[in-house]
Amino acid sequence: MAKTPGSLQHTPEGELRHFISIDGLDRAMLTRILDTADSFIEVGERTIKKVPLLRGRTVVNLFFEPSTRTRSTFELAAKRLSADVLNLDIGTSATSKGESLSDTLLNLRAMASDMFVIRHAASGAAHFIADAVTPDVAIINAGDGRHAHPTQAMLDMLTIRQHTGAFEGLKVAIVGDIEHSRVARSQIRALNTLGVEEVRLIAPDTLLPHKPEALGVRVFSHLEEGLRGVDVVIMLRLQRERMETALLPSEREYYKLYGLTTEKLARTAPNALVMHPGPINRGVEIESAVADGPQSVILGQVTNGIAIRMAVMSMAMSGQLAERQRESARNREGTRS
Amino acid sequence: MSLCIDNIRLVRDGKPDATTSSVVVEDGRFVAVGDSVDRCEQHVDGQGQWLLPGLIDLNCHLREPGAERRGRIATETRAAAHGGFTTVCAAPDTSPVNDSGAVTNLIRDLAESQGVVRVLPVGAMTRGLGGEQLSDMAGLLSAGCVALGSGGRPTANSRVLRRCMAYAHTFGLTLFVQPENASLSAGGCAHDGVLAARLGLPGIPEVSETTAVSELLLLAEETGARLHIGPLSCARSLQLLESARQGGLRVTAEVAIHHLVHTDARIDGYDSTYHCRPPLRSEEDRQALLAGVESGLVDAITSQHRPQDGAAKQAPFPETEPGLSTVESVFSLGLGLVQSGDLSLGRLLEALGRGPAEVLGQAVPAIEPGNPADFFLVKPDESWWVAPETLLSAGKHAPVLYDNLPGVVSCTYVGGHCAYSDQKGNA
Repeated sequence: MAKTPGSLQHTPEGELRHFISIDGLDRAMLTRILDTADSFIEVGERTIKKVPLLRGRTVVNLFFEPSTRTRSTFELAAKRLSADVLNLDIGTSATSKGESLSDTLLNLRAMASDMFVIRHAASGAAHFIADAVTPDVAIINAGDGRHAHPTQAMLDMLTIRQHTGAFEGLKVAIVGDIEHSRVARSQIRALNTLGVEEVRLIAPDTLLPHKPEALGVRVFSHLEEGLRGVDVVIMLRLQRERMETALLPSEREYYKLYGLTTEKLARTAPNALVMHPGPINRGVEIESAVADGPQSVILGQVTNGIAIRMAVMSMAMSGQLAERQRESARNREGTRS
Repeated sequence: MSLCIDNIRLVRDGKPDATTSSVVVEDGRFVAVGDSVDRCEQHVDGQGQWLLPGLIDLNCHLREPGAERRGRIATETRAAAHGGFTTVCAAPDTSPVNDSGAVTNLIRDLAESQGVVRVLPVGAMTRGLGGEQLSDMAGLLSAGCVALGSGGRPTANSRVLRRCMAYAHTFGLTLFVQPENASLSAGGCAHDGVLAARLGLPGIPEVSETTAVSELLLLAEETGARLHIGPLSCARSLQLLESARQGGLRVTAEVAIHHLVHTDARIDGYDSTYHCRPPLRSEEDRQALLAGVESGLVDAITSQHRPQDGAAKQAPFPETEPGLSTVESVFSLGLGLVQSGDLSLGRLLEALGRGPAEVLGQAVPAIEPGNPADFFLVKPDESWWVAPETLLSAGKHAPVLYDNLPGVVSCTYVGGHCAYSDQKGNA
């Protein structure tokens, strides 16, 4: 039987050893991640932006899908932790020559890697690697298919906490393509775990998963209605291929119905936060005036991304190392007796 | 050579006999059933075990030719015998596809020389299973195919499907079709339910099956083709089947054993063992499938045995191969359903004997003088440990693994010859 997200991501002592999904982590762990990230924000403001927590450790960035922002913030986070960083261009590497994912990772482990940061198009890829391929290397999920993008969700939580102070009593709306979004799945989980009052999804039926209510949300079909009284609005990026696969008629109609404009934003609670995981499509899901407006915290999200990634990388590495030490102590004990 | 097996219990009308009896086998057939016969050359003590007619599997992927690293006729027929099967239909999705008499002959030759149970090839209904051109149906029939089928692949083109049926009807051929609307299942790998939504797995909606079932039923009605559909996975498919039957349509159906014992809850944690097609569905679906078998709406339980090697299952879930190694545990899993009160013993045995025989248009297997001596002995009250080392199949992804299952098959005979015996490992 495959491992549950909870048992997979923790050491038996309850430390974080992989960061695969929000699923399986409790409120205390999420809060610890946010607190740790808070302490790293200060590092980014120094002239010398480095701490030695990962000195001598090798972090491999394995991006099987293209990414600019996530990959560069992971790289910066690892470097600020003083790790040696290897960025693998998967387009020219072994998997395009037919090597399996397992074999690629086992080879990288043989090079004494301590951490893999993985983005992959298949849901469950990071889970599979942590469960079945290299459980002794700390795995950080940088996005797997439609399943999870937990560092993005946590940097969003950090941004929300910075502005609101707490999660209790908040109403948060997520607008757009929920069905294909790993970001939304992780956000929903994180928001509910951290105890917000209500998570709302606003989308047409074609962009919603099967029985979305089971995810712990209220579903709205109309943007104006769903935005009423919310404290945070998270807009999702709309991919152009949604029109080609008959999920939506046109960008124009989508913008008209679900695009966030100044006028629609007025329905929310006063000074509601406007968030977007980026990259934004101006005039498709969000009006420029809103994206650049006073309520937008979109660029703050990017800055927080580095701190959150430093937090989960240092925590997972420390849990993984502690587990390895206990393991070798147990082995020594075994040989002695 | 005559063989007398004494001290066995026959199962009649779903009930094991209270008293033991004997069967006598001579020249590959039963010659007497009832009292022991002293003049036999060989006597075997059945130790009170059940003696049952050999099981028939309509949906078995033996993997040879083409995917020998996942299974061979030699290994998979031994696995079948270990599971109490004496006849298996070999699915056409081999490589090359069984769309010509030459491939059919190759399969028959391999089965003759290396197999231990009866292997009935099912031919491909379209060339290369490509869903575009008709295969040489009459040629396949004369080479020994018992039916033609889709090999578990969806047939995208309704026009081709209609013509397959019309052409097959000309020759009185039976078509085995797995209902799947390819445009609705495209990209999917799991039941489109709450769990897939949480795991972010692209879903295969029920309508990808039910719209295909409707289409197949309507086309069968129009063309008059003899149609067998399955494995069915949804409750709604059975409702469609029932109303077509009530309207007088001659159509038969199967469910696979794993859909009777498991639901999509099994894929939590991305367990790729349970990646199968159609996908494991909800508990309501499972209950409806059980009710369908019990009522006789579903004619056959099949294994949908599809052995995989380790590499095929070692990848992120959506990239793994669908399929389980089931043929060895079908009977035991079925017996478990009988013991838990989900299924009657009578219907279990019919769905693995009479039902599939009627789909094939063959004589109903029975322990009666004159019939071929295809049977197996089973200890219903004992259990066996299912683990890679106890499975004879080359595939080790069984629906239940590292656990005990009820019903130990101690030996299987095909045409009076021992195909499996726990005394000598395998024959």
